[in-house]
Amino acid sequence: MKSANATLHSRRRSGLTGWSFVLISVILIVIFYFYPMVEALILSFQTGTGTNLVFTGLDNYKRLFQDATFITSVKNTFIYLLVQVPVMIVLALFISVLLNDSKLKFKGFFRTAIFLPCVTSLVAYSIVFKYLFAGNGLVNTFLMKLHLISAPIEWITDPFWAKITIIIAITWRWTGYNMIFYLSALQNIDNSIYEAARIDGASATRQFFGITIPLLRPIILFTSITSTIGTLQLFDEVMNITKGGPGNATQTISQYIYNLSFKYSADFGYAATVSYSIVIMIILLSFLQFKVAGEKNG
Amino acid sequence: MGKGKRFFTYLFLSIVSFISIFPFLWMLVSSTNKSVDVTGGRLLPGSYLMENFRKLLETTDLQLSLLNSAKISITTTVLSLLIASLAGYGFEVYRSRSKDIVFNILLLSMMIPFAAMMVPLYRMFARISNVVPVLGIDTMASVILPTMTTAFLIFFFRQSTKMFPKELLEAGRIDGLTEFGIFLRIFLPTMKTTYAAAAIITFMSSWNNYLWPLIVLQTPETKTMPLLISTLGSGYSPDYGMILIAIVIGTIPTALVFFLMQKQFVAGMTGSVK
Repeated sequence: MKSANATLHSRRRSGLTGWSFVLISVILIVIFYFYPMVEALILSFQTGTGTNLVFTGLDNYKRLFQDATFITSVKNTFIYLLVQVPVMIVLALFISVLLNDSKLKFKGFFRTAIFLPCVTSLVAYSIVFKYLFAGNGLVNTFLMKLHLISAPIEWITDPFWAKITIIIAITWRWTGYNMIFYLSALQNIDNSIYEAARIDGASATRQFFGITIPLLRPIILFTSITSTIGTLQLFDEVMNITKGGPGNATQTISQYIYNLSFKYSADFGYAATVSYSIVIMIILLSFLQFKVAGEKNG
Repeated sequence: MGKGKRFFTYLFLSIVSFISIFPFLWMLVSSTNKSVDVTGGRLLPGSYLMENFRKLLETTDLQLSLLNSAKISITTTVLSLLIASLAGYGFEVYRSRSKDIVFNILLLSMMIPFAAMMVPLYRMFARISNVVPVLGIDTMASVILPTMTTAFLIFFFRQSTKMFPKELLEAGRIDGLTEFGIFLRIFLPTMKTTYAAAAIITFMSSWNNYLWPLIVLQTPETKTMPLLISTLGSGYSPDYGMILIAIVIGTIPTALVFFLMQKQFVAGMTGSVK
Protein backbone atom coordinates (compact mmCIF):
# COMPACT_ATOMS: atom_id res chain seq x y z
CA MET A 1 0.00 0.00 0.00
CA LYS A 2 2.77 2.31 1.00
CA SER A 3 4.79 1.55 -2.10
CA ALA A 4 1.75 1.98 -4.35
CA ASN A 5 1.22 5.37 -2.79
CA ALA A 6 4.84 6.27 -3.42
CA THR A 7 4.67 5.39 -7.12
CA LEU A 8 1.48 7.36 -7.46
CA HIS A 9 3.11 10.29 -5.78
CA SER A 10 6.25 10.16 -7.91
CA ARG A 11 4.14 9.80 -11.02
CA ARG A 12 2.17 12.89 -10.15
CA ARG A 13 5.38 14.78 -9.45
CA SER A 14 6.88 13.68 -12.76
CA GLY A 15 3.63 14.85 -14.36
CA LEU A 16 4.19 18.32 -12.95
CA THR A 17 7.85 18.28 -13.98
CA GLY A 18 6.74 17.29 -17.47
CA TRP A 19 4.28 20.17 -17.66
CA SER A 20 6.97 22.59 -16.55
CA PHE A 21 9.09 21.51 -19.55
CA VAL A 22 6.33 22.18 -22.07
CA LEU A 23 4.76 25.21 -20.38
CA ILE A 24 6.63 28.04 -22.14
CA SER A 25 5.90 26.58 -25.57
CA VAL A 26 2.25 26.05 -24.81
CA ILE A 27 1.84 29.62 -23.57
CA LEU A 28 3.69 31.13 -26.54
CA ILE A 29 1.75 29.12 -29.11
CA VAL A 30 -1.54 30.03 -27.46
CA ILE A 31 -0.61 33.74 -27.43
CA PHE A 32 0.92 33.94 -30.89
CA TYR A 33 -1.14 31.41 -32.85
CA PHE A 34 -4.47 30.54 -31.25
CA TYR A 35 -5.32 33.90 -29.74
CA PRO A 36 -4.75 35.71 -33.08
CA MET A 37 -7.03 33.19 -34.78
CA VAL A 38 -9.80 33.95 -32.30
CA GLU A 39 -9.26 37.67 -32.65
CA ALA A 40 -9.28 37.36 -36.47
CA LEU A 41 -12.61 35.53 -36.25
CA ILE A 42 -14.11 38.32 -34.11
CA LEU A 43 -12.59 40.98 -36.38
CA SER A 44 -14.13 39.30 -39.41
CA PHE A 45 -17.58 40.33 -38.13
CA GLN A 46 -16.53 43.96 -37.62
CA THR A 47 -16.07 46.95 -39.87
CA GLY A 48 -14.35 50.33 -39.70
CA THR A 49 -10.85 51.72 -40.07
CA GLY A 50 -7.96 51.37 -37.64
CA THR A 51 -9.29 50.91 -34.12
CA ASN A 52 -12.80 52.31 -34.70
CA LEU A 53 -14.60 49.05 -35.24
CA VAL A 54 -18.29 48.16 -35.02
CA PHE A 55 -20.03 44.82 -35.45
CA THR A 56 -21.73 44.29 -38.81
CA GLY A 57 -22.75 40.66 -38.61
CA LEU A 58 -22.15 38.79 -41.84
CA ASP A 59 -21.72 41.89 -44.03
CA ASN A 60 -18.00 41.27 -44.58
CA TYR A 61 -18.68 37.73 -45.70
CA LYS A 62 -21.36 38.92 -48.13
CA ARG A 63 -18.92 41.53 -49.42
CA LEU A 64 -16.41 38.77 -50.29
CA PHE A 65 -18.64 37.38 -53.01
CA GLN A 66 -19.13 40.75 -54.70
CA ASP A 67 -15.52 41.84 -54.36
CA ALA A 68 -13.92 41.57 -57.81
CA THR A 69 -10.40 42.02 -56.41
CA PHE A 70 -10.93 39.20 -53.94
CA ILE A 71 -12.29 36.91 -56.64
CA THR A 72 -9.33 37.72 -58.91
CA SER A 73 -6.91 37.02 -56.05
CA VAL A 74 -8.54 33.66 -55.34
CA LYS A 75 -8.47 32.77 -59.04
CA ASN A 76 -4.79 33.70 -59.33
CA THR A 77 -3.88 31.75 -56.22
CA PHE A 78 -5.68 28.69 -57.56
CA ILE A 79 -4.00 28.97 -60.95
CA TYR A 80 -0.62 28.91 -59.16
CA LEU A 81 -1.79 26.02 -57.02
CA LEU A 82 -3.23 23.86 -59.79
CA VAL A 83 -0.40 24.41 -62.26
CA GLN A 84 2.65 24.85 -60.09
CA VAL A 85 2.22 22.23 -57.34
CA PRO A 86 1.60 19.24 -59.67
CA VAL A 87 4.37 20.27 -62.09
CA MET A 88 6.83 20.67 -59.25
CA ILE A 89 5.92 17.40 -57.54
CA VAL A 90 6.15 15.38 -60.75
CA LEU A 91 9.46 17.04 -61.62
CA ALA A 92 10.87 16.48 -58.13
CA LEU A 93 9.77 12.83 -58.18
CA PHE A 94 11.28 12.27 -61.60
CA ILE A 95 14.62 13.86 -60.62
CA SER A 96 14.80 11.94 -57.34
CA VAL A 97 14.18 8.60 -59.09
CA LEU A 98 16.97 9.40 -61.58
CA LEU A 99 19.28 10.40 -58.72
CA ASN A 100 18.51 7.29 -56.71
CA ASP A 101 20.28 5.11 -59.30
CA SER A 102 23.28 3.56 -57.53
CA LYS A 103 25.36 3.50 -60.72
CA LEU A 104 24.90 7.21 -61.42
CA LYS A 105 28.08 9.31 -61.44
CA PHE A 106 28.34 12.90 -60.11
CA LYS A 107 25.33 12.18 -57.93
CA GLY A 108 26.54 14.51 -55.16
CA PHE A 109 27.06 17.33 -57.62
CA PHE A 110 23.61 16.99 -59.19
CA ARG A 111 21.92 16.78 -55.80
CA THR A 112 23.72 19.80 -54.39
CA ALA A 113 23.15 21.84 -57.54
CA ILE A 114 19.43 21.11 -57.71
CA PHE A 115 19.00 21.76 -54.00
CA LEU A 116 20.97 25.02 -54.09
CA PRO A 117 18.01 27.35 -54.82
CA CYS A 118 16.74 26.58 -51.30
CA VAL A 119 19.51 28.62 -49.69
CA THR A 120 18.30 31.90 -51.17
CA SER A 121 15.82 34.11 -49.44
CA LEU A 122 12.50 34.46 -51.24
CA VAL A 123 13.09 38.17 -51.64
CA ALA A 124 16.60 37.76 -53.06
CA TYR A 125 15.70 35.20 -55.70
CA SER A 126 12.54 37.10 -56.63
CA ILE A 127 14.56 40.21 -57.47
CA VAL A 128 17.04 38.11 -59.46
CA PHE A 129 14.15 36.56 -61.41
CA LYS A 130 12.57 39.95 -61.97
CA TYR A 131 15.78 41.12 -63.65
CA LEU A 132 16.38 37.90 -65.61
CA PHE A 133 12.81 37.99 -66.96
CA ALA A 134 12.72 41.73 -67.66
CA GLY A 135 11.70 42.87 -71.16
CA ASN A 136 15.36 43.42 -72.05
CA GLY A 137 16.51 40.69 -69.65
CA LEU A 138 18.73 37.71 -70.26
CA VAL A 139 15.92 35.18 -70.77
CA ASN A 140 14.51 37.13 -73.71
CA THR A 141 17.98 37.76 -75.16
CA PHE A 142 18.73 34.05 -74.93
CA LEU A 143 15.42 32.91 -76.46
CA MET A 144 15.80 35.40 -79.32
CA LYS A 145 19.38 34.31 -80.03
CA LEU A 146 18.10 30.74 -80.30
CA HIS A 147 15.36 32.05 -82.65
CA LEU A 148 12.72 30.48 -80.43
CA ILE A 149 10.87 33.80 -80.30
CA SER A 150 11.01 36.73 -82.72
CA ALA A 151 10.03 39.49 -80.30
CA PRO A 152 10.71 39.80 -76.55
CA ILE A 153 8.07 38.23 -74.31
CA GLU A 154 6.58 40.61 -71.75
CA TRP A 155 7.33 38.27 -68.85
CA ILE A 156 6.53 40.82 -66.16
CA THR A 157 4.02 43.17 -67.74
CA ASP A 158 1.67 40.85 -69.63
CA PRO A 159 -1.15 39.38 -67.48
CA PHE A 160 -0.67 35.85 -68.86
CA TRP A 161 3.12 35.74 -68.97
CA ALA A 162 3.46 37.38 -65.55
CA LYS A 163 1.65 34.38 -64.04
CA ILE A 164 3.97 32.04 -65.95
CA THR A 165 6.99 33.92 -64.60
CA ILE A 166 5.73 33.53 -61.02
CA ILE A 167 5.13 29.80 -61.62
CA ILE A 168 8.61 29.31 -63.12
CA ALA A 169 10.15 31.20 -60.19
CA ILE A 170 8.42 29.16 -57.49
CA THR A 171 9.20 25.92 -59.30
CA TRP A 172 12.88 26.91 -59.48
CA ARG A 173 12.99 27.66 -55.76
CA TRP A 174 11.11 24.64 -54.37
CA THR A 175 11.70 21.62 -56.67
CA GLY A 176 15.02 20.76 -55.00
CA TYR A 177 13.42 21.10 -51.59
CA ASN A 178 10.77 18.51 -52.41
CA MET A 179 13.31 16.31 -54.19
CA ILE A 180 15.27 15.95 -50.92
CA PHE A 181 12.19 14.52 -49.19
CA TYR A 182 11.64 11.96 -51.96
CA LEU A 183 15.32 11.03 -52.07
CA SER A 184 15.46 10.31 -48.37
CA ALA A 185 12.28 8.24 -48.66
CA LEU A 186 13.62 6.34 -51.68
CA GLN A 187 16.77 5.43 -49.78
CA ASN A 188 14.60 3.70 -47.20
CA ILE A 189 13.00 1.40 -49.78
CA ASP A 190 14.53 -2.07 -49.65
CA ASN A 191 16.29 -2.79 -52.93
CA SER A 192 15.18 -6.43 -52.85
CA ILE A 193 11.63 -5.32 -53.70
CA TYR A 194 12.91 -3.96 -57.00
CA GLU A 195 15.03 -7.06 -57.61
CA ALA A 196 12.01 -9.29 -57.10
CA ALA A 197 10.04 -7.13 -59.53
CA ARG A 198 12.83 -7.34 -62.12
CA ILE A 199 12.92 -11.12 -61.82
CA ASP A 200 9.17 -11.10 -62.43
CA GLY A 201 9.91 -9.12 -65.57
CA ALA A 202 8.42 -5.79 -64.52
CA SER A 203 9.56 -2.85 -66.69
CA ALA A 204 11.06 0.31 -65.18
CA THR A 205 7.74 2.10 -65.72
CA ARG A 206 5.82 -0.71 -64.02
CA GLN A 207 8.27 -0.60 -61.12
CA PHE A 208 7.83 3.15 -60.82
CA PHE A 209 4.03 3.04 -60.70
CA GLY A 210 3.76 -0.32 -58.94
CA ILE A 211 6.42 0.08 -56.23
CA THR A 212 7.89 3.58 -55.99
CA ILE A 213 4.69 5.63 -56.09
CA PRO A 214 2.71 3.48 -53.59
CA LEU A 215 5.64 3.41 -51.14
CA LEU A 216 6.19 7.16 -51.45
CA ARG A 217 2.50 7.97 -51.09
CA PRO A 218 2.74 9.26 -47.48
CA ILE A 219 5.63 11.55 -48.35
CA ILE A 220 3.93 12.73 -51.55
CA LEU A 221 0.90 13.54 -49.41
CA PHE A 222 3.08 15.41 -46.94
CA THR A 223 4.82 17.47 -49.63
CA SER A 224 1.61 18.24 -51.49
CA ILE A 225 -0.05 19.48 -48.30
CA THR A 226 2.92 21.67 -47.34
CA SER A 227 3.17 22.98 -50.92
CA THR A 228 -0.56 23.72 -50.96
CA ILE A 229 -0.37 25.59 -47.66
CA GLY A 230 2.68 27.47 -48.95
CA THR A 231 1.05 28.41 -52.25
CA LEU A 232 -2.18 29.57 -50.60
CA GLN A 233 -0.02 32.01 -48.59
CA LEU A 234 2.14 33.11 -51.51
CA PHE A 235 3.38 36.64 -50.89
CA ASP A 236 7.13 37.35 -51.12
CA GLU A 237 7.56 36.38 -54.77
CA VAL A 238 4.55 38.21 -56.15
CA MET A 239 5.31 41.29 -54.05
CA ASN A 240 8.87 41.46 -55.34
CA ILE A 241 8.54 40.26 -58.93
CA THR A 242 5.32 41.87 -60.17
CA LYS A 243 3.90 43.75 -57.13
CA GLY A 244 0.66 41.95 -58.01
CA GLY A 245 0.41 43.59 -61.43
CA PRO A 246 -0.21 44.22 -64.21
CA GLY A 247 -3.52 45.44 -62.76
CA ASN A 248 -4.30 42.67 -60.29
CA ALA A 249 -3.30 39.92 -62.72
CA THR A 250 -0.83 38.20 -60.38
CA GLN A 251 -2.15 39.35 -56.99
CA THR A 252 -2.56 36.62 -54.38
CA ILE A 253 -4.90 36.40 -51.39
CA SER A 254 -2.09 37.09 -48.89
CA GLN A 255 -1.12 40.18 -50.80
CA TYR A 256 -4.71 41.39 -50.86
CA ILE A 257 -4.89 40.98 -47.06
CA TYR A 258 -1.64 42.93 -46.76
CA ASN A 259 -2.94 45.69 -49.04
CA LEU A 260 -6.27 45.94 -47.22
CA SER A 261 -4.55 46.21 -43.84
CA PHE A 262 -1.36 48.14 -44.44
CA LYS A 263 -1.47 49.77 -47.86
CA TYR A 264 -5.01 51.11 -48.21
CA SER A 265 -7.14 52.33 -45.31
CA ALA A 266 -6.40 49.78 -42.54
CA ASP A 267 -9.64 47.84 -43.11
CA PHE A 268 -8.75 45.25 -40.46
CA GLY A 269 -12.22 43.76 -40.19
CA TYR A 270 -12.57 42.93 -43.86
CA ALA A 271 -8.91 41.84 -44.07
CA ALA A 272 -9.63 39.32 -41.30
CA THR A 273 -12.61 38.04 -43.28
CA VAL A 274 -10.43 37.53 -46.35
CA SER A 275 -7.84 35.79 -44.18
CA TYR A 276 -10.44 33.36 -42.90
CA SER A 277 -11.11 32.36 -46.49
CA ILE A 278 -7.51 31.04 -46.62
CA VAL A 279 -8.03 29.13 -43.37
CA ILE A 280 -11.14 27.49 -44.77
CA MET A 281 -9.41 26.65 -48.06
CA ILE A 282 -6.44 25.08 -46.25
CA ILE A 283 -8.73 22.93 -44.13
CA LEU A 284 -10.79 21.82 -47.15
CA LEU A 285 -7.82 21.12 -49.42
CA SER A 286 -5.81 19.27 -46.75
CA PHE A 287 -8.87 17.17 -45.99
CA LEU A 288 -9.36 16.47 -49.69
CA GLN A 289 -5.72 15.45 -50.17
CA PHE A 290 -5.89 13.21 -47.11
CA LYS A 291 -9.01 11.57 -48.53
CA VAL A 292 -7.51 11.03 -51.99
CA ALA A 293 -4.12 9.74 -50.78
CA GLY A 294 -5.37 8.11 -47.59
CA GLU A 295 -7.99 5.89 -49.20
CA LYS A 296 -5.57 4.22 -51.56
CA ASN A 297 -3.15 3.92 -48.70
CA GLY A 298 -5.44 2.14 -46.29
CA MET B 1 19.68 0.49 -68.31
CA GLY B 2 20.44 1.12 -71.99
CA LYS B 3 23.05 3.54 -73.25
CA GLY B 4 20.50 5.90 -74.76
CA LYS B 5 18.59 6.05 -71.52
CA ARG B 6 21.75 6.74 -69.55
CA PHE B 7 22.68 9.55 -71.93
CA PHE B 8 19.23 11.04 -71.50
CA THR B 9 19.56 10.83 -67.69
CA TYR B 10 22.86 12.72 -67.69
CA LEU B 11 21.60 15.26 -70.19
CA PHE B 12 18.41 15.91 -68.24
CA LEU B 13 20.17 16.18 -64.85
CA SER B 14 22.80 18.47 -66.37
CA ILE B 15 20.17 20.81 -67.79
CA VAL B 16 18.24 20.91 -64.51
CA SER B 17 21.48 21.51 -62.57
CA PHE B 18 22.47 24.29 -64.95
CA ILE B 19 19.09 26.01 -64.58
CA SER B 20 19.38 25.68 -60.78
CA ILE B 21 22.86 27.17 -60.63
CA PHE B 22 22.65 29.76 -63.38
CA PRO B 23 20.87 32.53 -61.40
CA PHE B 24 23.62 32.25 -58.74
CA LEU B 25 26.39 32.52 -61.32
CA TRP B 26 24.60 35.41 -62.97
CA MET B 27 24.23 37.35 -59.74
CA LEU B 28 27.87 36.73 -58.80
CA VAL B 29 29.14 37.83 -62.21
CA SER B 30 26.76 40.79 -62.44
CA SER B 31 27.81 42.10 -59.06
CA THR B 32 31.23 42.74 -60.62
CA ASN B 33 29.83 44.59 -63.63
CA LYS B 34 28.51 48.06 -64.43
CA SER B 35 24.73 48.37 -64.57
CA VAL B 36 24.85 49.04 -68.33
CA ASP B 37 26.85 45.86 -68.92
CA VAL B 38 24.38 43.83 -66.86
CA THR B 39 21.48 45.00 -69.04
CA GLY B 40 23.69 44.48 -72.10
CA GLY B 41 23.82 40.77 -71.23
CA ARG B 42 27.50 40.60 -70.23
CA LEU B 43 28.27 37.19 -68.72
CA LEU B 44 31.94 37.69 -67.92
CA PRO B 45 33.28 38.97 -64.60
CA GLY B 46 34.13 42.66 -64.67
CA SER B 47 36.16 44.98 -62.49
CA TYR B 48 33.33 46.96 -60.89
CA LEU B 49 32.94 44.89 -57.74
CA MET B 50 34.49 47.47 -55.39
CA GLU B 51 32.78 50.34 -57.18
CA ASN B 52 29.38 48.61 -56.78
CA PHE B 53 30.14 47.85 -53.17
CA ARG B 54 31.15 51.47 -52.46
CA LYS B 55 27.90 52.69 -54.04
CA LEU B 56 25.91 50.25 -51.93
CA LEU B 57 27.56 51.53 -48.75
CA GLU B 58 26.79 55.12 -49.83
CA THR B 59 23.13 54.62 -50.72
CA THR B 60 22.09 52.22 -47.97
CA ASP B 61 22.86 51.52 -44.36
CA LEU B 62 24.18 48.06 -45.15
CA GLN B 63 26.09 47.46 -41.92
CA LEU B 64 23.07 48.36 -39.83
CA SER B 65 20.76 46.03 -41.76
CA LEU B 66 23.27 43.20 -41.54
CA LEU B 67 23.59 43.80 -37.82
CA ASN B 68 19.80 43.91 -37.37
CA SER B 69 19.37 40.67 -39.31
CA ALA B 70 22.19 38.99 -37.38
CA LYS B 71 20.82 40.07 -33.99
CA ILE B 72 17.29 38.95 -34.83
CA SER B 73 18.25 35.60 -36.38
CA ILE B 74 20.75 34.63 -33.71
CA THR B 75 18.44 35.55 -30.82
CA THR B 76 15.52 33.78 -32.48
CA THR B 77 17.61 30.67 -33.08
CA VAL B 78 18.95 30.43 -29.52
CA LEU B 79 15.55 31.02 -27.90
CA SER B 80 13.69 28.76 -30.34
CA LEU B 81 16.04 25.85 -29.79
CA LEU B 82 15.90 26.14 -26.04
CA ILE B 83 12.11 26.48 -25.83
CA ALA B 84 11.28 23.87 -28.46
CA SER B 85 13.76 21.27 -27.23
CA LEU B 86 12.48 21.62 -23.66
CA ALA B 87 8.97 21.04 -24.95
CA GLY B 88 9.85 18.21 -27.35
CA TYR B 89 11.77 16.49 -24.55
CA GLY B 90 8.98 17.09 -22.05
CA PHE B 91 6.25 15.72 -24.31
CA GLU B 92 8.24 12.55 -24.99
CA VAL B 93 9.98 11.77 -21.68
CA TYR B 94 7.01 12.66 -19.43
CA ARG B 95 4.48 11.30 -21.84
CA SER B 96 0.89 11.21 -20.62
CA ARG B 97 -2.51 11.11 -22.22
CA SER B 98 -3.30 14.73 -21.39
CA LYS B 99 0.08 15.92 -22.68
CA ASP B 100 -0.49 14.01 -25.93
CA ILE B 101 -3.77 15.84 -26.39
CA VAL B 102 -2.09 19.20 -25.79
CA PHE B 103 0.69 18.20 -28.21
CA ASN B 104 -1.83 17.40 -30.94
CA ILE B 105 -3.56 20.73 -30.38
CA LEU B 106 -0.19 22.50 -30.71
CA LEU B 107 0.39 20.68 -34.00
CA LEU B 108 -2.80 22.23 -35.36
CA SER B 109 -1.02 25.59 -35.27
CA MET B 110 1.10 24.37 -38.20
CA MET B 111 -2.00 24.61 -40.36
CA ILE B 112 -2.67 28.24 -39.45
CA PRO B 113 -1.58 30.44 -42.33
CA PHE B 114 0.50 33.44 -41.34
CA ALA B 115 -1.68 35.56 -43.59
CA ALA B 116 -4.57 34.91 -41.21
CA MET B 117 -2.60 35.98 -38.15
CA MET B 118 -0.83 39.06 -39.40
CA VAL B 119 -3.63 41.53 -38.74
CA PRO B 120 -4.33 40.41 -35.14
CA LEU B 121 -0.59 40.15 -34.44
CA TYR B 122 -0.03 43.66 -35.75
CA ARG B 123 -2.85 44.97 -33.54
CA MET B 124 -1.40 43.06 -30.58
CA PHE B 125 2.00 44.70 -30.99
CA ALA B 126 0.46 48.10 -31.64
CA ARG B 127 -1.30 47.77 -28.28
CA ILE B 128 1.90 46.56 -26.60
CA SER B 129 3.66 49.64 -28.02
CA ASN B 130 1.44 51.89 -25.92
CA VAL B 131 2.36 50.08 -22.71
CA VAL B 132 5.87 48.68 -23.17
CA PRO B 133 7.49 50.44 -26.17
CA VAL B 134 10.60 48.20 -26.08
CA LEU B 135 8.46 45.20 -27.00
CA GLY B 136 6.17 47.00 -29.44
CA ILE B 137 6.22 47.93 -33.14
CA ASP B 138 9.65 48.71 -34.60
CA THR B 139 11.59 46.66 -32.10
CA MET B 140 13.60 43.46 -32.43
CA ALA B 141 11.31 41.87 -29.87
CA SER B 142 8.26 42.33 -32.09
CA VAL B 143 9.95 40.33 -34.84
CA ILE B 144 11.34 37.65 -32.53
CA LEU B 145 8.43 36.96 -30.16
CA PRO B 146 5.81 35.64 -32.60
CA THR B 147 8.30 33.65 -34.68
CA MET B 148 10.37 31.95 -32.02
CA THR B 149 8.06 29.06 -31.14
CA THR B 150 6.87 26.74 -33.87
CA ALA B 151 5.03 23.48 -33.47
CA PHE B 152 7.24 22.14 -36.24
CA LEU B 153 10.37 22.51 -34.10
CA ILE B 154 8.69 20.99 -31.03
CA PHE B 155 7.62 18.06 -33.20
CA PHE B 156 11.15 17.80 -34.58
CA PHE B 157 12.67 17.63 -31.09
CA ARG B 158 10.06 15.16 -29.92
CA GLN B 159 10.86 12.84 -32.83
CA SER B 160 14.57 13.05 -32.02
CA THR B 161 13.95 12.42 -28.33
CA LYS B 162 12.41 9.08 -29.35
CA MET B 163 15.90 8.06 -30.50
CA PHE B 164 17.47 9.15 -27.20
CA PRO B 165 18.49 6.11 -25.09
CA LYS B 166 16.25 5.94 -22.01
CA GLU B 167 19.01 4.24 -19.97
CA LEU B 168 20.86 7.55 -19.94
CA LEU B 169 17.89 9.14 -18.15
CA GLU B 170 17.93 6.42 -15.50
CA ALA B 171 21.69 6.75 -15.12
CA GLY B 172 21.26 10.48 -14.54
CA ARG B 173 18.58 9.89 -11.91
CA ILE B 174 20.79 7.40 -10.10
CA ASP B 175 23.60 9.96 -10.15
CA GLY B 176 21.23 12.28 -8.29
CA LEU B 177 20.71 14.82 -11.06
CA THR B 178 17.49 16.83 -11.01
CA GLU B 179 15.09 16.33 -13.92
CA PHE B 180 16.18 19.63 -15.43
CA GLY B 181 19.79 18.70 -14.73
CA ILE B 182 19.37 15.54 -16.78
CA PHE B 183 18.06 17.60 -19.68
CA LEU B 184 20.88 20.12 -19.42
CA ARG B 185 23.82 17.83 -18.66
CA ILE B 186 22.88 14.64 -20.52
CA PHE B 187 20.27 15.29 -23.20
CA LEU B 188 21.66 18.55 -24.57
CA PRO B 189 25.26 17.39 -25.11
CA THR B 190 24.19 14.01 -26.56
CA MET B 191 21.84 15.59 -29.12
CA LYS B 192 24.33 17.99 -30.69
CA THR B 193 23.51 16.96 -34.26
CA THR B 194 19.78 17.42 -33.67
CA TYR B 195 20.44 20.88 -32.29
CA ALA B 196 22.68 21.68 -35.26
CA ALA B 197 19.97 20.66 -37.72
CA ALA B 198 17.33 22.63 -35.83
CA ALA B 199 19.62 25.66 -35.61
CA ILE B 200 20.14 25.65 -39.36
CA ILE B 201 16.45 25.58 -40.31
CA THR B 202 15.56 28.20 -37.69
CA PHE B 203 18.40 30.51 -38.64
CA MET B 204 17.55 30.22 -42.34
CA SER B 205 13.89 31.01 -41.93
CA SER B 206 14.61 33.86 -39.55
CA TRP B 207 17.33 35.38 -41.75
CA ASN B 208 15.04 35.17 -44.78
CA ASN B 209 11.80 36.25 -43.10
CA TYR B 210 10.14 39.04 -45.03
CA LEU B 211 6.41 39.56 -44.51
CA TRP B 212 6.29 40.00 -40.72
CA PRO B 213 9.35 42.31 -40.54
CA LEU B 214 7.82 44.27 -43.44
CA ILE B 215 4.76 44.88 -41.28
CA VAL B 216 6.34 45.64 -37.90
CA LEU B 217 9.66 47.25 -38.82
CA GLN B 218 8.71 50.63 -40.18
CA THR B 219 11.77 52.85 -39.66
CA PRO B 220 14.95 52.68 -41.79
CA GLU B 221 17.04 52.06 -38.65
CA THR B 222 15.31 48.75 -37.95
CA LYS B 223 15.45 47.37 -41.52
CA THR B 224 16.66 43.80 -41.99
CA MET B 225 18.49 42.49 -45.09
CA PRO B 226 15.40 41.19 -46.92
CA LEU B 227 13.71 44.57 -46.39
CA LEU B 228 16.79 46.39 -47.66
CA ILE B 229 17.02 44.16 -50.74
CA SER B 230 13.30 44.48 -51.43
CA THR B 231 13.45 48.29 -51.23
CA LEU B 232 16.47 48.42 -53.54
CA GLY B 233 14.86 46.01 -55.99
CA SER B 234 11.62 47.96 -56.28
CA GLY B 235 13.30 51.11 -57.61
CA TYR B 236 12.36 52.32 -61.09
CA SER B 237 15.86 52.85 -62.48
CA PRO B 238 17.74 50.09 -60.73
CA ASP B 239 21.52 50.03 -60.47
CA TYR B 240 21.85 46.31 -61.23
CA GLY B 241 25.46 45.85 -60.19
CA MET B 242 24.85 47.51 -56.84
CA ILE B 243 21.60 45.65 -56.09
CA LEU B 244 23.08 42.30 -57.04
CA ILE B 245 26.01 42.77 -54.72
CA ALA B 246 23.49 43.47 -51.95
CA ILE B 247 21.75 40.20 -52.83
CA VAL B 248 25.07 38.33 -52.87
CA ILE B 249 25.94 39.71 -49.42
CA GLY B 250 22.48 38.84 -48.12
CA THR B 251 22.82 35.28 -49.42
CA ILE B 252 26.34 34.60 -48.09
CA PRO B 253 25.35 33.69 -44.50
CA THR B 254 22.75 31.10 -45.50
CA ALA B 255 24.90 29.74 -48.35
CA LEU B 256 27.82 29.34 -45.94
CA VAL B 257 25.67 27.51 -43.43
CA PHE B 258 24.49 25.25 -46.24
CA PHE B 259 27.94 24.38 -47.59
CA LEU B 260 29.53 23.89 -44.18
CA MET B 261 26.75 21.79 -42.71
CA GLN B 262 25.01 20.16 -45.64
CA LYS B 263 24.39 16.92 -43.81
CA GLN B 264 22.68 18.50 -40.81
CA PHE B 265 20.86 20.82 -43.18
CA VAL B 266 19.18 17.93 -44.96
CA ALA B 267 18.62 16.11 -41.66
CA GLY B 268 16.90 19.21 -40.29
CA MET B 269 14.52 19.37 -43.19
CA THR B 270 13.60 15.76 -43.56
CA GLY B 271 14.19 14.53 -40.00
CA SER B 272 10.72 15.38 -38.86
CA VAL B 273 8.88 13.23 -41.37
CA LYS B 274 10.76 9.99 -40.86
